[in-house]
Amino acid sequence: MSEQLLQYLLSGLSTGAIYSLIGIGFAIIYNSTGIINFAQGEFFMLGGMSTYYFLSVAHLPLPVAMLLAVLLTTAVGVLFERLAIRPLRNASPLILVIITIGGSILIRGIAMLIWGKDTHSIPMFTGNEPLTIGGATILPQHLWIFGITLLIIIINRFYFYNTVSGKAMRACSHNRRAASLVGIDVKRMVLFAFAISSAMGSVAGIISAPLTMTSYDVGIMLGLKGFCAAIIGGMSSGIATVFGGLLLGVLEAFGAGLISSGYKDAIAFIILLLILFIRPQGLFKKAETERV
Amino acid sequence: MGKFVSFVFALLLIATATVAQAAPTIRIGGLFSVTGPASFLGEPERNTLEMLVQEINARGGVNGSKIELFVYDTQGDATKAVQLATKLIKNDKVVAIIGPSTTGESMAVIPLVQRERIPLISCAAGVKITEPVKAWVFKTPANDQVAGEKIFNYAAKKRQKKIALLTVSDSYGSSGREQLKVLAAKKGFTIVADEVFSPKDTDMTPQLTKIRGANPDAVICWGTNPGPAVVTRNMRQLGITTPLYQSHGVASKKFIELAGASSAEGVTLPAGKLAVYDIISKKDPQAKLLREYDQAYRKKFGVEASTFGGYAYDGFQLIVAAVKKSGATPEKIRKGIEQVRGMVGVSGVFTMSPTDHNGLNLSAFEMVRVTKGDWVLAR
Repeated sequence: MSEQLLQYLLSGLSTGAIYSLIGIGFAIIYNSTGIINFAQGEFFMLGGMSTYYFLSVAHLPLPVAMLLAVLLTTAVGVLFERLAIRPLRNASPLILVIITIGGSILIRGIAMLIWGKDTHSIPMFTGNEPLTIGGATILPQHLWIFGITLLIIIINRFYFYNTVSGKAMRACSHNRRAASLVGIDVKRMVLFAFAISSAMGSVAGIISAPLTMTSYDVGIMLGLKGFCAAIIGGMSSGIATVFGGLLLGVLEAFGAGLISSGYKDAIAFIILLLILFIRPQGLFKKAETERV
Repeated sequence: MGKFVSFVFALLLIATATVAQAAPTIRIGGLFSVTGPASFLGEPERNTLEMLVQEINARGGVNGSKIELFVYDTQGDATKAVQLATKLIKNDKVVAIIGPSTTGESMAVIPLVQRERIPLISCAAGVKITEPVKAWVFKTPANDQVAGEKIFNYAAKKRQKKIALLTVSDSYGSSGREQLKVLAAKKGFTIVADEVFSPKDTDMTPQLTKIRGANPDAVICWGTNPGPAVVTRNMRQLGITTPLYQSHGVASKKFIELAGASSAEGVTLPAGKLAVYDIISKKDPQAKLLREYDQAYRKKFGVEASTFGGYAYDGFQLIVAAVKKSGATPEKIRKGIEQVRGMVGVSGVFTMSPTDHNGLNLSAFEMVRVTKGDWVLAR
């Protein structure tokens, strides 16, 4: 029985790590612009699908394909900000949120036209011999997922607390007006936010594609799960959202294993609703009167 | 006088018009979900139907009448399917309809065609489409239960008794799950685990860990890609060596590609013969037709033919057979289809009757096993 529980835990953590990365993407954009970017899941999809494309159709080596995929997705993120978000800077957040939904449908549609409706897989980074840990098994790819997620979180932390532009971005998230008064180019920070979160989304898509496979529509569900993670973490672009993602993944795995696998997605969304009703500021944050 | 002349002219016009229409076209409708979530069904169905109509018209049509095809995209939406079916019947005046692609859409269209008395040949697999039998409704895909029965017969031969089910939570999976449970009870198997996963799930190790705890003799997974491929990989990851059966829903090379040849090794499933026509016996009545269909489809569309396209293929052949036999009115087509005996198609050999509007039996499937990244017949 303890082996089973360990297996649920490991499965949950690896799924949760992916949720975390997508969740942080949501949070970064939310903090710099005040909008929920529902195209976040599409960045995840673009990461996986374009890696597949560069790898299997253009026949590039895996590291090059991954790098190009991140660059391409980042370019799409930047373009999206330039073309869809920036021209409407004065629109209300609600309108912008709806624009991001439209954007996600557009990106998904274009991906479908270019790459077709099939599911594709990309090879594991290093072998597919399972490793045994205390009776539970994981794949080398899971270690990649944990490692890369950890690395991204560290870089993220360093960027936001130790660099000028990172600090400027945090300033924007606290008070955009005050930030611009002290000479921070808020528009540029918004652009940065989109670049960073699209890059992170694509990395999440790339590292999970060898395990979960990818197709033009994988972004919908994972985008929502990432959103749940960000809500649990109170839209923090740091460690709270990571915990949110991991918690969600683990609860899903235990729920599927111990209660019923039919309720797996229901568990995620019940948590989302509960948090929104009871602790809208997130699970780990003290209540504030004003979010900014 | 002037009036008389124009009257004569009018008569002449009518006369010449009827002469020009000596052989009226046969109008056939197609309703497929070419775009939307079920586009993997609708696209090959539409392609196949258009290809067949072109071919047959190039050879002079059926009984000297050309076929005129009206195809609409339902986008997988039941409401749209009903609207478009109405349009086919009222505006385009078709004599028969092929489609829709999904069970939900088919069920929505059935009351309409029953009322309007137009034969409908559904391309969806749901068992309730033709059970109970409805006068004007036929379907070409084999019932899921036929595939399930094939699996259980095979499992019985291997003396497997305790079965674990792992099914996808969409309509395909839940209908499969119901059928499998009924069949298991009927054939004396015990279901020791009954797990589900959702269509876009990316990790099924929790379900499989639970299944391992129940210690089954075999696992039956019922779903369409990518879920079953993930299940196959996860089983390998967890080191579960219990025999794994998949459904006919993944009977294509794509499944082996997605699951990876090493993970998929040994997976056994009932396959429509199209997927394996190059390994079935040359004497199989379908072998020649399957090869021709696949080659023609590849030549025209650049991809391999799919079982789904085959559903439209068979639907069209049923109509052609009925028109040749009885005539091209809706009632004659309906009667003609009911009289089809031993018609070789893509999905199987059809023998219709007033009490069987599907007409397929166990021979529609072949049990195959993945060996070194390819299919071999499972004995």
